[in-house]
Amino acid sequence: MAEHKIDPNKWIKNYSDYLLNYTVVRVDSRELAKDLVQETFFAGLKSMKNFKGEASERTWLISILKRKIIDHYRKTNSNKGKAEVRMSFSNDSENEGDWMESRVSDPYATNAENDIENTELGLAIQNCLSKLTEKQRSIFKMKTIDNFDTEAICNEFEISSSNLWVIIHRARTSMAACMETNWF
Amino acid sequence: MPTEKKFSLFIACDEAQHSCNKSQYNEASILEKAKLSIHLLFCRACQKYSSNNGKLTKLMKKQKIESFNSSEKNKMEEIFQQQLKNTKE
Repeated sequence: MAEHKIDPNKWIKNYSDYLLNYTVVRVDSRELAKDLVQETFFAGLKSMKNFKGEASERTWLISILKRKIIDHYRKTNSNKGKAEVRMSFSNDSENEGDWMESRVSDPYATNAENDIENTELGLAIQNCLSKLTEKQRSIFKMKTIDNFDTEAICNEFEISSSNLWVIIHRARTSMAACMETNWF
Repeated sequence: MPTEKKFSLFIACDEAQHSCNKSQYNEASILEKAKLSIHLLFCRACQKYSSNNGKLTKLMKKQKIESFNSSEKNKMEEIFQQQLKNTKE
């Protein structure tokens, strides 16, 4: 029996950030991840009829995205892809003239375990964020991730500062409870 | 007639949690932090709240969260709605 319904009007609002985080850690480029997420939404639209409602919309979109990512890997690992020379010199004028050696990554700065942990942590956070109400999520993200001032957020949402702290309190309590079961 | 609030170093749990939230964003005053510290000496529930709140802050700082900014989202929404319209037609 179909339990989940499909509503493409809410896809971008509800799932775009989750899908972006899922993709960024797998393709290591924000721009490419952005394109893949957009392609996923379009592919989802085309195959909407195939949605049976057995899995949630998000799981269904992730399965489409996985295929898009695999296609990307295949393309870059094909003979044609390998033949392409990819040199990304910095266009940043501040770094102009820097030695190439200084741009080589530090092998001790990160390792596979850290990468895996960060990937899982990112998805756990996104998962918990998706359980907040829309207003709580937006305000919590603006305050905690984007580091906006209290005043700026109050103006944006037309709320008082005490109202903002109540929303932050509810969001943090809910996030901490969710992370406690999934992560702490 | 409105009565003036008496100064006290002892605060209730809701005020302690409010100060704890503010201190996660470095917005709590020294007095608020002092009152919170005193409260945490004897309140188990707030000790747990404070510990989890601190862990949450640490994790949020540790993990770089990617998100679309509002202009990117609006642009994507615009193109998407156009596609949706074409699909329905």
